[in-house]
Amino acid sequence: MTSYSNSNKKYSKILHETVNKNYRKRMIINKLVTVFAIVCVIAAIIPLGSILLEVVKNGASAISLEFLTQPQGSIGSGRGGVGPAIQGTIIVVGLASLIGAPVGVLAGIYLSEFAKEGKFADSVRFFNDVLTGLPSIVIGIVGYVIIVLAIGSFSVFAGAISLSIIMIPIVVRVTEETLKIVPYSLREAGHSLGISKARITLSIVLPSAKNGILTGIVIAISRIAGETAPLIMTILGTSLFFTGITGPVDALPLRIWRLASQPYESAHAFGWGSALVLILMILALSVGLRFLAQRRSFKVAI
Amino acid sequence: MAIEETFDAKESMTEGHSLTREPRINETAESTERFKVRIENVNGWYGSKRAIKDVNLNVREKTVTAFIGPSGCGKTTLLRCLNRMHEMTPGAHADGRVVVDGIDIYGKSIDPVVIRRRIGMVFQKPNPFPTMSIFDNVAAGLRLNGMRNKTIIREIVEESLKNAALWEEVKNELEKPGMSLSGGQQQRLCIARALAMQPEVLLMDEPTSSLDPIGSSKIEELVRTLKDSVTIIIVTHNMQQAARVSDFTAFMYLGDLIEYGSTNQIFMKPEKELTERYISGKFG
Ligand SMILES: Nc1ncnc2c1ncn2[C@@H]1O[C@H](COP(=O)(O)OP(=O)(O)OP(=O)(O)O)[C@@H](O)[C@H]1O
Ligand SMILES: [Mg+2]
Repeated sequence: MTSYSNSNKKYSKILHETVNKNYRKRMIINKLVTVFAIVCVIAAIIPLGSILLEVVKNGASAISLEFLTQPQGSIGSGRGGVGPAIQGTIIVVGLASLIGAPVGVLAGIYLSEFAKEGKFADSVRFFNDVLTGLPSIVIGIVGYVIIVLAIGSFSVFAGAISLSIIMIPIVVRVTEETLKIVPYSLREAGHSLGISKARITLSIVLPSAKNGILTGIVIAISRIAGETAPLIMTILGTSLFFTGITGPVDALPLRIWRLASQPYESAHAFGWGSALVLILMILALSVGLRFLAQRRSFKVAI
Repeated sequence: MAIEETFDAKESMTEGHSLTREPRINETAESTERFKVRIENVNGWYGSKRAIKDVNLNVREKTVTAFIGPSGCGKTTLLRCLNRMHEMTPGAHADGRVVVDGIDIYGKSIDPVVIRRRIGMVFQKPNPFPTMSIFDNVAAGLRLNGMRNKTIIREIVEESLKNAALWEEVKNELEKPGMSLSGGQQQRLCIARALAMQPEVLLMDEPTSSLDPIGSSKIEELVRTLKDSVTIIIVTHNMQQAARVSDFTAFMYLGDLIEYGSTNQIFMKPEKELTERYISGKFG
């Protein structure tokens, strides 16, 4: 006891000296790190902000009711709008999400809650990561070869499948990672009440991870909504409205690409307008889903 | 005939006074049915590490049994062997027999999920379901086991909250999130949640260790009243608590059950020197 307090005293002086000596130094480092962090934040925001600003500046004037609802007028006339592209994007991306989100979430649940370790789960994870990194044009080619050639026509269906293939690995990853953060004690509490594992997963674990998974789904949808390459190979793009699930359709990224490659001022203005519409649609989706998630009535309905 | 009568009379007389009854651990077959839980040669393993060794212990119906012993001696492990939660830990397994109401819960045809409905558990740290309201927390076990009748659910939730001595504090805010309660209230919520399943046995692992004295004494009081209807096994580090709430005490050390007897006997005249030293605070 005595030796302990002695040694305590013995070192207390040197401890205080060290702490005091380093105090100024630490204050300066603290300030530097804070400043550096702020600079980095600004550096990240500048490109984002200037892109948004540019799009709004050039695109806002193009937007009108006609622009949002009508097909394009004759080339170079500056008449009509991008109605079919907006409609096509909603249909193709919506269909892809209806396929991709459930499959991705279920696969993520499987990896996190049921497979955990083991050769099979590890290989699923590996291929999932490979799939995430695959260039989207490759997925477009696969969609072309497997679906377009089989049906004999460019189609909404082929586009939706291709986009869902891009979406699934993102959702799988996010779902698995989010579920992993849910504390084990909740699952344990569920088990101690004699609740089956499937029930615990669906009604206790999943709702706790809801926000994270929803964010992941929004990110994945945003990503596919902007995809161009796989759509060229699958839905082709037309200037007409939706005719059926096995027919071609237009989409905003395709339209932007086509408009940008035309030599007319009016086409470029339409392009900017389309870009702004696409950004606003993604924003609305993101805000909308978040709003839905906040509401108490929105529960996993099982 | 006369002998049988006196024997019966003695048994029925002691029935309501479990505190004064000396446990007879090696009781003969005639009275074994009186034990709610019989723990027979139970070993609990983490991989190749044997955390509890050949534990034998019989728990009487509607009594409170305390597991005491120094940190790491295997109290939690033993407790979790009693509702088959131990095997949920990756790499862990148990062997031996745990007989509840004459049925070995480690039997081949037994579904651990069904067992856990009858044997409730309260954890060291309160763990209410974060996405659920107070009401939904208590109703969770019922609903997620398929109960649909709203009137019955409502009735059981109210009764469970009353039994957990929480009703008066929350009856006007049942829709508030369970996480909005204080630590002690959350723990009572978890007790109510366990009680809603109407368990015959309630396992409690240091239920008061994260609570302040007032919260603790509320839970202790609760344990004393609950034993009228439930068999309770409670792990505690707090010797006074064991003395206050339990009828029987089991002292464990390094995975062995060292001594088991009525709480009075264990605290007043322990048979083993190790027990005596632990009780008197010489180690632990
Ligand atoms: N998940 C685990 N993996 C491996 N060993 C474990 C695990 N949990 C516990 N053990 C070991 O098993 C032994 C018993 O642990 P247990 O948690 O049952 O002790 P305890 O009596 O409850 O202790 P405490 O009073 O500190 O809660 C300890 O030696 C511990 O190291
Ligand atoms: Mg413990």
